[in-house]
Amino acid sequence: MTAITSGERANSAGRRDRFIRALLYALLVIGAIMALLPMAWMVSASLMPAGEASSFPPRFFPTRVTFSHYVDLFTRLNLGRYLLNSAFVAFVVTLSSLVINSMAGYAFAKLRFRGRDRLFRALSTGLVLPVQVAMLPLFLLLKNLGMINTYWGVIIPGLASIFGIFLVRQYALAIPDEMLDAARVDGASEFRIFRSIVVPGIVPILATLAIWTFLATWNDFMWPLIVLSDESRYTLPVALANLAGEHVQDTELMMAGSVITVVPVMLVFLFLQRYYIQGVMAGSVKG
Amino acid sequence: MGREGEVVSELIPAFERQNPGIRVQVQQIPWSAAHEKLLTAYVGEATPDIAMLGNTWVPEFVALDALEPLDARVARSSDVVRSDYFPGIWSTNVVEGITYAVPWYVDTRVLFYRTDLLAKAGYDRMPSTWAEWRTAMVRLKSGMSARQYPLLIPITEWPPPVILGLQAGSTLLRDNGTYGAFSQPQFKKAFDFYIGLYRDGLAPALSGSEISNLYQEFERGNIAMYISGPWQIGEFTNRLPKSLQDKWMTAPLPGIDGPGVSLAGGASLSLFRRSTNKEQAWKLMEYLSRPEIQLQFYKLTGDLPARRSTWRDSSLAGNRHTRAFREQLDRVVPTPLVPEWEQIATKVFEHGEQAIRGRKSVEKALAALDSDVDGILKKRRWLMEKQKAGSR
Amino acid sequence: MATATAGRLRIPSEANTAAWFFLAPALALIGIFFFLPVAAAMLLSLTDFDLYGIANPGNTRFVGFENYSRLLRTPDFWLALRNTFYFAFVGGPLTIAVSLGAALLLSSKLVRFKGVFRTIYFTPFVTTLVAVAIVWRYLYHSRYGFFNYALSYFGVGPIDWLGDPHWAMPAIILMAVWKSFGYNMLIFIAGLQAIPEELYDAAAIDGASPFRRFWSITLPMLSPTLVFVTVITMIGYFQLFAEPYVMTQGGPLRSTTSVVLLMYEEGFRWWRMGYAAAIAFVLFIVILLATLVQFRLQKERA
Repeated sequence: MTAITSGERANSAGRRDRFIRALLYALLVIGAIMALLPMAWMVSASLMPAGEASSFPPRFFPTRVTFSHYVDLFTRLNLGRYLLNSAFVAFVVTLSSLVINSMAGYAFAKLRFRGRDRLFRALSTGLVLPVQVAMLPLFLLLKNLGMINTYWGVIIPGLASIFGIFLVRQYALAIPDEMLDAARVDGASEFRIFRSIVVPGIVPILATLAIWTFLATWNDFMWPLIVLSDESRYTLPVALANLAGEHVQDTELMMAGSVITVVPVMLVFLFLQRYYIQGVMAGSVKG
Repeated sequence: MGREGEVVSELIPAFERQNPGIRVQVQQIPWSAAHEKLLTAYVGEATPDIAMLGNTWVPEFVALDALEPLDARVARSSDVVRSDYFPGIWSTNVVEGITYAVPWYVDTRVLFYRTDLLAKAGYDRMPSTWAEWRTAMVRLKSGMSARQYPLLIPITEWPPPVILGLQAGSTLLRDNGTYGAFSQPQFKKAFDFYIGLYRDGLAPALSGSEISNLYQEFERGNIAMYISGPWQIGEFTNRLPKSLQDKWMTAPLPGIDGPGVSLAGGASLSLFRRSTNKEQAWKLMEYLSRPEIQLQFYKLTGDLPARRSTWRDSSLAGNRHTRAFREQLDRVVPTPLVPEWEQIATKVFEHGEQAIRGRKSVEKALAALDSDVDGILKKRRWLMEKQKAGSR
Repeated sequence: MATATAGRLRIPSEANTAAWFFLAPALALIGIFFFLPVAAAMLLSLTDFDLYGIANPGNTRFVGFENYSRLLRTPDFWLALRNTFYFAFVGGPLTIAVSLGAALLLSSKLVRFKGVFRTIYFTPFVTTLVAVAIVWRYLYHSRYGFFNYALSYFGVGPIDWLGDPHWAMPAIILMAVWKSFGYNMLIFIAGLQAIPEELYDAAAIDGASPFRRFWSITLPMLSPTLVFVTVITMIGYFQLFAEPYVMTQGGPLRSTTSVVLLMYEEGFRWWRMGYAAAIAFVLFIVILLATLVQFRLQKERA
């Protein structure tokens, strides 16, 4: 039994670690490439001259960069309008739902009233209900209210969300009761308390909720597809699906359209990912 | 829809100049979504004043009581002269004796083909019978490689099998449009022919969305023949390279024993009942129906005018590609004028696909199709009985 | 702690009023625009409300459970159900496996730049589904698409991804895994972070191999997270709609028609709304059952 010095043991452990590390990095890099490749091709093809995306063998890079498809989209095909529609709907829903959901979430967390927990449990059952079940009667309801084919028809069903209320409540539970009670004893109204103590205290979750709602609304497809028949009101996903049906021959044009649809959400995400990711992880820590 | 939507915007300024005080707003929808969208608009009570309707949709909108009857207006009009229209086409807009739409442009399906490839196979003109047509395709195929096909008929399109059925004398539906007639011998004969084209490698089993670029395929000789409508004349002229322009041509469809019938298709202008601008809207419809405007529209879109007098113009009479259409338009038959037609048509190619891919035999596929169609028409049967019982 | 100074704690009835003020907008909206329609869907599914009915309500009949019995006798429905199950039960575990793998990779002590990779892996999730589906539709093209081109380097023949009934659903599953794995990955990362280091240290001292450590410590500790992830992934996947709508229109041979797509077609294309409501309700039952089953399984394991 030769004595193995601690130095030699450390060496072999070090070599093994380096090998494993290289392997892990290799896997990570391959994964990253696979995650980004479709997006990369999308951008590249959007800059190709017409017809080049259907070459054989397929090309990855354009022979010549052209922005003509983007110009086409904004001039001939009116994409700017759809961009504005999406932005409008997303902003209205995000801002309104922030107010509505945070008030309700706070109420369920911190206001003591009769039937609170039973009501909350009843509300939570809605999380299991697929939203598609509601779509048909909702459509008929909106028809009778004259909201079909309007922005409101798209906006209103998204204003309150059980998930949003859930998130806010989760976070608001951590606010110390003593602080709130002290304010009440001092004579502040509930609304005042909400505005001055609670809201500043739940800013992180509000940020998360805002980004979450913005992205979900921007990306929403099925409901705007059903409600909107007036092309000038289409949101981007619906307009894009429309164009894809019409211009199935124009690959490069469609890729440009996809780029324009994806870029805003990517930017929002990249700049604010901290909040978004925090929200995902917060939403998962549950009993 | 389609290119027409883009072009109509160009015609509007002249109309607005002649009719100060009327402003027109044009909206475009792609054909694939138009049917859904117009119905959604109807349900949402957000219909336009005028809509371009595919003429197979007219019965549907009539059943919804969405369209304004036009006979009185037509009778009074000096612009819309009924006798000038192709009769087969006008009749597609008449439901139970009442006219609900004015034909705007006509559409029928003919063959587009590569003259040079057909010549290489030994034919200087397109055959006019099924048998000869098939032989031509077989000869074409023998000169082609594995991924090339003589005929392109996407499996997600209903016109090819339906046209073949009409050519074989099928009525598609029976008993006043309350039951399917797809299992009957006439349609079966046509369907056998249709399936045989795929089975024998004469047509590729591709869906509409899988053909990434039809024009490239045509140019490269991967396809020699394609059944399509008038709009393709413009597309072929613009998208195919100059070197190919004298190598393609159109021809009327072959029938069983001689030249065959085709679809009485096209689009019509219809006036919605809920419109609050009916007089102005009718003025626009009259304007668009004028022969000179129809010709202008034709020149911009390649859509064929519905008025026979316009065909005497040199731009049409002298155009070698439109000749096949003119000939075919004398031999057109409408599809059944029932509101459920759109859904029935979808079922035709869905069940067709089963047979094409060998999942079902022809008999089973047609039986299943009839069964589905009977189910779709169930409500119509009930309503017609109710009507007969006089409860309306 | 009431004191005899200017203010006091709210008495219960006042608290009630305030609470309702805070709750009213949300509850009204959710009640009217969600719960009410869901209840109405049940009623709607018992009628034959359709286009004729929209034109004239007198054309509608109350038909009891006939829509459901017709549904159960329609091959298209069973096909849609089977397709949806195929998607959920193959795509689901696949997505979870990939996200767990990515989470493990990103939790390794040997790796730096975690944040960068995490962002990259999460990017597909935030993209708009329709835009991405269009891109993948072109990537899947049998001749001009990149996937077949790459496969050709391995000598694998061109696959007709979206045109072959056997490959269409796998194609959609692949895209769904790519798009969704980032989300579950984050949840797993959070779950992994919650596992105390001491457990691993103790096991290392005992001489357990990495594999053994994973099996006996990581997996059991992750079990609640696994159940949570499985449930939400499944619920999401049962609602498959946009991918087949954009990429295959439910074909080829209806092999990618999902239950929701079927509901959309029947309800919003053919306007047979009573029938479509029945389809929607069946979807609800299926999701409910699947969720309950999963919870029951987790209770048994714990």
